[in-house]
Amino acid sequence: MGTWDVKKPVIEAKGLDLTFETNDGPVQALKGVDLAIEKGEFVSFIGPSGCGKTTFLRCIAGLETPTGGTLTVNGMTPDEARKERAYGYVFQAAGLYPWRTIAGNVRLPLEIMGYPKSEHAERVEKVLSLVDLEGFGKKFPWQLSGGMQQRASIARALAFDADILLMDEPFGALDEIVRDHLNEQLLELWARTEKTIAFVTHSIPEAVYLSTKIVVMSPRPGRISDVIDSPLPKERPLDIRDTKEFLDVAHRVREGLREGHSYD
Amino acid sequence: MKSIVPILTVVAAIVVIWYGAAVWMNAQWAQDQAARAEVELTFSELVTDTLSQERPRLPAPHQVLSELWGSTVEMKVTSKRSLIFHGWITLSATLLGFAFGTGLGILLAVGIVHSRAMDMGVMPWAIASQTIPILAIAPMIIVVLNSVGVTGIIPKAIISAYLSFFPVVVGMVKGLRSPAPMDLDLMHTYSASKGQMFWKLRMPASMPYLFASLKVGIAASLVGTIVGELPTGAIRGLGARMLSGSYYGQTVQIWSALFAAAILAALLVGIIGIIQRNTLKRMGMAQ
Repeated sequence: MGTWDVKKPVIEAKGLDLTFETNDGPVQALKGVDLAIEKGEFVSFIGPSGCGKTTFLRCIAGLETPTGGTLTVNGMTPDEARKERAYGYVFQAAGLYPWRTIAGNVRLPLEIMGYPKSEHAERVEKVLSLVDLEGFGKKFPWQLSGGMQQRASIARALAFDADILLMDEPFGALDEIVRDHLNEQLLELWARTEKTIAFVTHSIPEAVYLSTKIVVMSPRPGRISDVIDSPLPKERPLDIRDTKEFLDVAHRVREGLREGHSYD
Repeated sequence: MKSIVPILTVVAAIVVIWYGAAVWMNAQWAQDQAARAEVELTFSELVTDTLSQERPRLPAPHQVLSELWGSTVEMKVTSKRSLIFHGWITLSATLLGFAFGTGLGILLAVGIVHSRAMDMGVMPWAIASQTIPILAIAPMIIVVLNSVGVTGIIPKAIISAYLSFFPVVVGMVKGLRSPAPMDLDLMHTYSASKGQMFWKLRMPASMPYLFASLKVGIAASLVGTIVGELPTGAIRGLGARMLSGSYYGQTVQIWSALFAAAILAALLVGIIGIIQRNTLKRMGMAQ
């Protein structure tokens, strides 16, 4: 762990390829992806479906194995990083286990990773308050709204000491109002925990609002078509979305997406 | 309370059809007896006779009920004719066989889910085992086990297990495979071991499937035990009551043993249903 120096990116991909063998022949999900994510960045991946944004996130998590190129996470292979419990993963659906209470679900990674029992209650309480779910620990998932369930699943990913948070369209299934609220909370949480966040979305405002860096991807084959470093300040009230800077970035993202589409 | 009306309607319809069938099926014998005694039966005499014969082709409901009542409530349980005594013999073998069958079923399912070789190698045999008529294989099991000195409750329990393991295997394989890809991915991101994956994900996820299988399994267990009692000339157990009833033409005895078995099965399935509700409720899986 101590062998990589501080300047090195947390996540680094060089010429990353991934080809799925399907019954209809090979499908190139990722082609020649180069990207470096620094510590503490909030990076969004945006693009139409089939552009490989989720696949790239799954590669970082070691859930998919690239067929070419190199990918390091904390200077290790994704598999090693996974075994070191380097990241927390938030899926598209909350995916809480229905037979566990909210607290039980948040405790799950602690149990599996062998954190001492004496720490469990304190950690669960801490992350539940981070996502504004104090007092809901004893409830079962079905007793909570969709937005609350998704917050609980974020708490679950924060319960253990991982520096990286990988989020795969976590708010995709929620309505706009809830999503705005959760976006605000997520920024707050990011500022407080100083984690490195990789965030997949297909919403332009969401990507622009949240990110320090926006990665625009395009499909067939899945590749990066633009990387935008956001000029927006770290402090972002919701109404920043009406400023010129915000709209300029959004415009550039939209252009990038259109360009990607004109290839096919 | 609204559901009581349709239920009672169905019960009433069954009773009416049953009485009608009893009169119709027993009439021939009553007519023959009357002819032999050279008397003419009026219709009401005929009906009375058909519903009160000692060995009717089809005993009337009240005959079965009074036999049931007489051989349970009004009889000491130590009596050789008490249905409680025979029921207990059958029940104990059923429960033992159910425990065997459930244990075996769960073990096989765990193996099948975790090993492709077992999936390919065991499942076809499990299915094949259920296509063999249990009546054909039961005597062989008893004879073989007897010859190696295993007698009493064990052979019956094994036949009972033979029927009950199957629904448990099928249900548990389905249940252990029920977690969604995302649930499994989550475990992968934690680098969970296979054991953790099993105890913290697959096992709890399979509970609703397990209970559904147990309900089928316990009923199958009872059938297996009764079948195990039939071909062996057993003198105790509900199966033995049915068999001796058929030897001596005691149809009332057969029917009351049948009803005792049905009531027993309903009770067992009901008990599992209660355990299911409580367990799933405690687990938060029933609302």
